[in-house]
Order: sequence, then structure tokens, then C-alpha cells
Amino acid sequence: MANKPTEGQRVDEPTGTEFVGHEWDGIEELDTPMPRWWVWTFYLTIVWAAVYVVLYPALPMLEKGTEGILGWSSRGDLAKDMSAADLAQQSFREQLAAIDVVKLQDNPQLMQQAVAGGAAAFKVNCVQCHGSGAAGSQGLGYPNLADDDWLWGGDLQAIEYTLIHGIRQQGDDQTRSSIMPPFAGVFSDEELNAITDHVMSFSKMANSNPLGAEIYANNCASCHGANGMGDRAQGAPNLSDAIWLYGNSRAQIQSQILAPRMGMMPKWEGRLDPVTIKMLAVYVHSLGGGEDVMEVAEDPAVNPDEQP
Amino acid sequence: MSNPDKPIEIEGGVVKMVDPAAHSVSAATAKPEAATRRHAPEEPPPAHLYEKQKTVHNQRIDGRFRRFKWAVMILTLAVYYITPWIRWDRGPYAPDQAVLVDLAGRRFYMFGIEIWPHEFYFVAGLLIMAGIGLFLVTSAVGRAWCGYACPQTVWTDLFQHIDRLVDGDRNARIRLDAAPWGPSKIARRALKWTIYLVISFWTGGAWIMYFADAPTLTADFWTGQAAPVAYTTVAILTLTTFVLGGFMREQVCIYMCPWPRIQTAMLDEKSLIVTYKDWRGEPRGSLKKARKEPEKFGDCIDCKQCIAVCPTGIDIREGPQIGCITCALCIDACDRVMADIGKPRGLIDYATLEDCEKEAAGEEPRPVWKALLRPRTIAYTMIWGSIGLAILFALGVRNHTEISASPDRNPPFMLMSDGSIRNAFTLKVRNMESRPRDMQIGLEGLPGAVMWTGEIGRGDAAVTQVIKAQADQTKTIRAYVMAPADTPVTDFRFTVTSLDEQRETDTSETRFSAPGDN
Repeated sequence: MANKPTEGQRVDEPTGTEFVGHEWDGIEELDTPMPRWWVWTFYLTIVWAAVYVVLYPALPMLEKGTEGILGWSSRGDLAKDMSAADLAQQSFREQLAAIDVVKLQDNPQLMQQAVAGGAAAFKVNCVQCHGSGAAGSQGLGYPNLADDDWLWGGDLQAIEYTLIHGIRQQGDDQTRSSIMPPFAGVFSDEELNAITDHVMSFSKMANSNPLGAEIYANNCASCHGANGMGDRAQGAPNLSDAIWLYGNSRAQIQSQILAPRMGMMPKWEGRLDPVTIKMLAVYVHSLGGGEDVMEVAEDPAVNPDEQP
Repeated sequence: MSNPDKPIEIEGGVVKMVDPAAHSVSAATAKPEAATRRHAPEEPPPAHLYEKQKTVHNQRIDGRFRRFKWAVMILTLAVYYITPWIRWDRGPYAPDQAVLVDLAGRRFYMFGIEIWPHEFYFVAGLLIMAGIGLFLVTSAVGRAWCGYACPQTVWTDLFQHIDRLVDGDRNARIRLDAAPWGPSKIARRALKWTIYLVISFWTGGAWIMYFADAPTLTADFWTGQAAPVAYTTVAILTLTTFVLGGFMREQVCIYMCPWPRIQTAMLDEKSLIVTYKDWRGEPRGSLKKARKEPEKFGDCIDCKQCIAVCPTGIDIREGPQIGCITCALCIDACDRVMADIGKPRGLIDYATLEDCEKEAAGEEPRPVWKALLRPRTIAYTMIWGSIGLAILFALGVRNHTEISASPDRNPPFMLMSDGSIRNAFTLKVRNMESRPRDMQIGLEGLPGAVMWTGEIGRGDAAVTQVIKAQADQTKTIRAYVMAPADTPVTDFRFTVTSLDEQRETDTSETRFSAPGDN
């Protein structure tokens, strides 16, 4: 026992150790000495702390903390991690830059990486309009990218083209562009109801009528087709399917006839690098509605596993 | 009090300074805290708050418990060092190491058993068994874990044998410790610490072999190609083995380890502990005195052999204490002395406190094995065994094919151009066999629905699809399920069937979302 009892101090009889004086329900605390190495361990932690304070950022000052002579910072760590990640992606990006987007399907691994990269880029650049699930918004007229209805085509090439040049993008000669003329003041109420019925009849929501059919043939069929199938070359929507960008109620359809809304998609060329655009195209294509490029059949080695 | 350097006497709990010669307190009443007393420096009076570690120089001893300790030590060290090198053929798709914790691949291999992360309850079951096993051992044979099987004990024992090999037995070591530093002492210390270091390094090196293919890792390690974490782990374990086994030793048991405290709480009057039979030994006296006046003295001749052989340096005659790891070497030592002086063995022996009391009262000693048969021990054995059987049963009947489906939440459903409704799901199909298998996934309980996947196009949409699952992998599948227009919200199931002779099946309940009702 290291502790030499003080005269007059109470001690625990079996061990001869002094009591500290703390007592809980009859259990008393003994002043058992600590082992010497324990205190050395404690000194060691103090030395460690002193060294740490010198080497690493530690003490808060008025403007900023001390920086430490190693120059370490968590931002620096992040920058290092980021550049390491960039370096790791470099070969993949180079491969992706070299490959034609329609040939990607022959390379499942590269495809998979492109989908993952596209998903990340989508979250940054596209979700503001198209939504995080790419389901768009009917009320606001942002198209659903995951369904099987495409205004301008749903194969990889078409999607990439739309991404590069945008839709109704001013200042781009190659942008996709279509105009639905406003018919406000052109039709009487009867004529408007007739044409609306006829349009709705394509998807069996109403019955057709001769007046409506006539108005449709004269005013609409040149773009939307005789049976309302639409025309992707002109960006004319299919009126015979179940998907309505601006709503399928009678009022919504009439509003679209009289004062059509036409959405705008910005071009991403110049804002995103070609590889990112390619990855976005692959991602959008992978959402469940992607179609095959038909021309790809010229290469006999390619056997598309997906049919539209 | 057995400490002659304590010139005190306790009267009514108050200390009075008295002449050391007059000092005497019954040793048998000592409490566990007494273990710390042996660190007291002989002279001069010690520092107030801290005490110096006093090196334990335990003497060589032979006897049945020492031999048992040798056997356990050789067995445990052999298991530790050799296990990673045992090979176990699992076919071309899985590692051939019998025991492997594959952290990167998230697999745990143990001979014929392979555990996936989601089956961690098997490991949890093993840990519970280990815990109850310790309760069981404690209730039956006291601190046997501490005395024989604890790594701290095994490595300390090993290092104490190194001490003996390099520096000689107890007396030689005490002399060398006290000797001034000179070329001979430096040479001996250097040799001893080098041997410590080699063993420590080997210990650290063996540890990492459990986490990678041992032959490959060994080659990588020595050519500098192993992962940094391998070198760090070896360095840390080398250091801890060197310090804890070479120098800290009994300090770990007394100050650092919670287990002695827990065991102290679990011991009761029916637990086997190493006990000095004070009613038989006291009053102690030298052999000469005892032979002169046999009626005045007990069997203990105060030869201090029990202290000399103790690996933690305690005096068992002070009674049960936290420093006693119940390695029973003092029993071996005392039995030899008793044989030499012609007294029956067992002055220090394994006994329960209850038996001790009966024996002290004059009853016949009860055979030690009877102490093992008590309700608590039997209950622990039953619980321990039931958990073991339950684990074995669960291992035997577990399915090696599993499916889980998680529906897309955004968007929950999607209208297709023909009016039908599509839901997208992420399926995880587990193939827990070490071979590639074809699996058939299907829909159940969703009339008119078909599905396709990210790989199988919509043109091939059908109620069932066959996919290829890699060996020992979880395959993630994007599944598109399309149901006719006007399908309401429906609970349905994905099924999976392995297309091999086992035909294992599994289902996953999920929900088909539809417009109008979310």
C-alpha cells in the first residue's frame, strides 16, 4: 500500500487503506492508490495534446484558428479526395467521350457507369423541372421522362440531340422547335366543342362528330396526323394516347387549343461537357421508356436486346 | 496484516502508530482490494497518490495444474497461429481459406459455413453463447477463463517463460533486476526484448491472416504490397502484445480488465475458487518451530512457495482477491511442499466457500466434481446448449435464395401511352450458393400484369423472367411491372425460384401503386 495512513484517519481494517470519506448506503470509498504507470499515461496524453496543437489546427483565434505546421485541413482533404476521384474517373470519361452513344449498349459496364454518372448529373441539372423521379409535372407542363411517350423521339440519339440543342432555345439554329398556333377567336363555341370532342375521341374519352372531324382535318391533321398519332419529326404530340402534357380534361384541352402553352427546354451544349450530356442521355434512356435506335441494325454484330 | 512495513495498528478503525514487531492482523480476512498491497515498496515510505509496479518474478513449478496450463497454452496458441492456414475447398467461386473474415466482400467463412451480413444474427448468437459460456464456466469452475484461456494470461505466461529462458529462474531474475546496468545486463535485456518483439510481431502478423488469403497476404506483406491497414494493424498489435504481455502483465488484470470485477460479482459461495484452507494452515510457522511444538501450529510452514510461483505475485493466503486469476499454480507448489513434509495435499486447493465452511466445521471434504453439479450451472448449460442447437438448426434450414423488392417512391406509378399503369421496383436477388444459378422471378397476385427488367426489354415482357445470378452475389434488378388500365392499388408478391435441383423459393410482399389512391 502506497498510502501511509495519517494519524487519526479512519482506515478499512482488512486492507489498511484510508477511507476517502464518501459513503453510499454503508458502502464507503477507499483511497486506494493508482498505479504509477497510470499517471505516466496521463502525462503522455498531455504531451500528445501539446504536439497535436503544434502540428494540427487547434486554437481558435480572433479571425481564424491556428493552422498547424503540417498544413492539414479538412478542405484540403476533400480537395485531395475529389481530385483522386476525378483521376479515377478519367479513363472512364475518355472511353465515354470516344464512343458513339448508340454503341454504348454493347458495353454493359460502361453503360452502367454512364447511367450512374447521368443520375448524379440529373440531380444537379434536371430535377428542378423534371422532378427527382424524372416524372415531370403535368400541371406545369414538364414532360415525364420515364414513360413511353416521346415528343421528339426516345432513342439515345434523339435524347442526346434534345439535350445538346434544347427545345425552342433562342439563338440555336438546330434547336428543336414546333409551334401550336393559338385558335382563340377562330372557333365558335359549337365548333370548339366539336373539335374538342373529336380530339378526345382518339383516346375514347368522347364521341367523334362530323363537324369536329372536318375542323380537325382542315386545321390540325397536317401536324397531328389524320388519326391524332402526332409526328415526332415536327414535335407534334400524339393525341391518341393516354398521356397529356397539359392535362386531359375538356377545359385543359380547350385551353391548349385556344391559347396553347409551349414549353422550353434549355440547350446544354456549352453548359455541360459532352461526356456529361452523353451520360444524361443514357440515364434518361434507362428510366424505363427508352427506345432503340433503328439505324443500328446496319451493324450485324449489334443485337439490340430491347425493342420499342 | 501481513505487511511488515506497516507500522500501524488498527483499533476500532482508527490508526495508531505502533512498533512494527507488535503488528499482527488475521490474514484470512483480507478482501479483494488486498491485491494492490503487494506493490508497496519495502522502504522508504511510498509516495502518496501513486504506487510503483513491482515486477513479478514467478518461480518455475511443475505439477498437474501447470501441465494443464501448458496444454491449454499450446492448444490456444496453435489454434491462433495455425487456423488461417487451413484450406477448405469451396469450388472456384469462393475462397479456399477455412476461416476467413472477408471485410471487403462482406462475407464470413468458417469451414462449411458462410455467413452474409444480413445473417449477422448467427454471429450475434455466437457472441451470446460466448457470454453465457463465460457465465457457465464462472459458475462451475470460477475464474478458469482468467487462469487458463484468456489471451492476456496465455501471452503473459509465454513471456514469463522467455524471462526464465533468458535470465534464469526467480532468484537469478531478482538479482539481475537489482544489478546495475552493465554490458551483461544490457545484452540480456536486449536479447529478451528482441524475443518479446519477435513473438509480438508474429502475434500481430497472425491476426491479419484471418482477414485475407493468408499465403497471398504473407507474400504481399513482405514485398510491401499489402494494404496500409495491414501494416498498421500489425504495428498496433505488435506494440500492444509487447507492452501488455512483456511489461504490464498482471496490471492489466488488476487495473484494466473489467472481467475480474464482473466475475467477482458472479461468484458465490458455491463457486469453485482457489482457496487457502486457513483452518488447517493457521497458525503458520516455520517447519522447525512446527516440529518442536506441533500442537501450536497448523500445516502452513510459511515457506512462501505459493507466493513465489504466482504469476500475478499475490499471496493466496490473504483470501480470495481480484489479483487471483485462479491458475492454480500455488496448488501445485503447495502440494509439493506438503508431500515433502509428509502432510496431506490440498492445503491450497480448488474448493467452494460453502465446502470450506463445512470442512472447517469438521465435515468430510466433498469431492470437487460435486461442486459442478448445481442448478445454476445446469441452467446455464441448458441455455447455452439450446442457443447452440437453435443456431445449428437455423443454419441447416436456411434458404440460399432470397428476394426483396422495394418500390420506387417517386414517382409511385406511371401512366403509359396505352393507358396501362407501370410501377418500377428495385429487386435484390441473393444467390447465396458458391456457383452461378439461373433464377426465375415472377409476379403473384397481380392479375394481367407483366414485367420486364433493365436488361430484358419491354418487348419480352412476361409474368416471369429468368435472370442469371452470379455465384455468391446479390443481383440488383430494375424491374418494371405493368398492369392494365384501371388496376387498383394491389398488394402482390415477387417470387424467386432457383432453377437448379434444389428449387429454392422465396417471396417478397410489396404493393402496386395506381392513380387515385396513394
